Amino acid sequence: MARKVTARRVWVSTAAAWLFGFLIFLPILWMVLTSFKTELEAFAMPPTFLFFHWTTENYATVQGRSDYLHHALNSIMVAGGSTLIALLIAIPAAWSMAFAPTKRTKDVLLWMLSTKMMPPVGVLVPIYLIYRDFGLLDTRAGLVLILCLGNLPIVIWMLFTYFKEIPKDILEAARMDGATIGRELIYVLTPMAVPGLASTLLLNFILAWNEAFWTLNLSTLDAAPLTVFIASYSSPEGLFWAKLSAASTLAIAPIIILGWFTQRQLVRGLTFGAVK
Amino acid sequence: MGQITLQRVRKSFGPVSIIKDANLDIEDGSFVVFVGPSGCGKTTLLRLIAGLEDVTGGQILIDGRNVVDVPPAKRGLSMVFQSYALYPHMSVRGNIAFGLKMAGLPRPEIHRKVEAAAATLNLTPYLDRKPRELSGGQRQRVAIGRAIVREPKAFLFDEPLSNLDAALRVQMRLEVTKLQKQLGTTAVYVTHDQVEAMTMADKIVVLNAGSIEQYGSPIELYERPANLFVAGFIGSPKMNFVSGAAAGEPGVATLGVRPEHLKIGKEGEGWPGTVSVAEHLGSDTFLYVDAGKLGMLTARCIGEFSLKAGDRVWLVPDPARLHRFDKDGEVIRR
Repeated sequence: MARKVTARRVWVSTAAAWLFGFLIFLPILWMVLTSFKTELEAFAMPPTFLFFHWTTENYATVQGRSDYLHHALNSIMVAGGSTLIALLIAIPAAWSMAFAPTKRTKDVLLWMLSTKMMPPVGVLVPIYLIYRDFGLLDTRAGLVLILCLGNLPIVIWMLFTYFKEIPKDILEAARMDGATIGRELIYVLTPMAVPGLASTLLLNFILAWNEAFWTLNLSTLDAAPLTVFIASYSSPEGLFWAKLSAASTLAIAPIIILGWFTQRQLVRGLTFGAVK
Repeated sequence: MGQITLQRVRKSFGPVSIIKDANLDIEDGSFVVFVGPSGCGKTTLLRLIAGLEDVTGGQILIDGRNVVDVPPAKRGLSMVFQSYALYPHMSVRGNIAFGLKMAGLPRPEIHRKVEAAAATLNLTPYLDRKPRELSGGQRQRVAIGRAIVREPKAFLFDEPLSNLDAALRVQMRLEVTKLQKQLGTTAVYVTHDQVEAMTMADKIVVLNAGSIEQYGSPIELYERPANLFVAGFIGSPKMNFVSGAAAGEPGVATLGVRPEHLKIGKEGEGWPGTVSVAEHLGSDTFLYVDAGKLGMLTARCIGEFSLKAGDRVWLVPDPARLHRFDKDGEVIRR
């Protein structure tokens, strides 16, 4: 029997959903609002909500004091570079595990995932020393490498699950039709896995964009992405909430816009294969 | 040309032997059907010929050349899969053309060949559609189109009709047979449906537990089954088996008689029994008879008989149509 949906129930659940959504959105909204306040108003008690003196001077100060574009460019290059390299490694890896599994494939997958269970701080010192000795500290290449390696297990796992959904028959048909492994990947597998590839790419890009632990510890200026840019506004003596908020708003704006335009793709990718 | 010869072909997955010493000669232009119960190795044998699985031992010759180390595409065969295995992101045209594109044919030639194949299969109006916009029968035709366009030495069919409904299956069965005769290309066809096997094949290979039990024309298998397995597998309803001793034939372990070769005799004639179920189909009547120590017997009588459960009957086997088997299940030739 179908559950009876009364108008009351619809109203209540809609209100609850909006409330929940608003609660999640509130910190971001607050941050954006604060970025338009003066430093004095930013920590005024009781806080002002909409009726304060709107100003854009924080943005001007932030841009004047530190080079936003430099950090944004670093973020794009580090997140984009690590994502692309991770995909290039993960596609063949996931292909072989999905279509040519061996007895140990499951173990390999689990082992890869287990590396994500270790807290990164546990290997900070050795990695820092290795980076210092190889001259990778504060270089974009160094950040690309660490973020790529850090996210690789997740990328491989995601691609593996998408590839698993592709019927083996179709790849065999391609092989009968004379496609080499390379052409099979290019003409058949990759186009069929586009939704999965796209969401993996986006998710990994967002993860790399927001990654703060390694970027903060391994870069200072030249290669420093937006995470470092934000952190530079949280000073030990007295907080500059308005400027910090302006810096944060600037830092998350690109990724929010990207996420907004690709939300359909993201949701589809994350629920891929859940229902046939 | 498309002559396929299997010489002592073996296949095992680890310790499990799937195909045991298969020897087979498939003549050029013939339609050969592999039939057998599920798990008998018929699909594996087909995949070995295709090159999608590697043989553990033995040779596969196509037109006299050993191809066991040749990759699938270079064997000159094309395959139609049970699931159709169409490329979902390509149009019908793209699907049919894919093999030619991979072979590096010039565009005008690909275009001409695709148009020709589509015309043969009545697919011309659908060339620019995606597979998901087609019905099951149309998808099946696209899969066949993809196979014929490459002008292979032989077609390999892996239960291609099993996803279609009954009416369409009969129609496609005719179309496939007609097409194969028209093209004159060798075809190897796997099915578990013995009606498909009997109606389509020039020759049938009956497989059981990885071994070829018998290879012959449909009528040969029906009239002269080589052993108990083939006798029981080919023909519907199934052949009756009674013990030789109980039927008064010493030296014969098992006596087989097909339901259609049992007649209803006069009182006191042949084997007495009691009807337990009578199925009246109009054209035929199936009688399931409890014949005491002979066990349950099935008789197929042409026309309508007013017999019902509980009636006493006497069944007379056609003496010329009796099949005698020894204790190993092999037929005894006289």
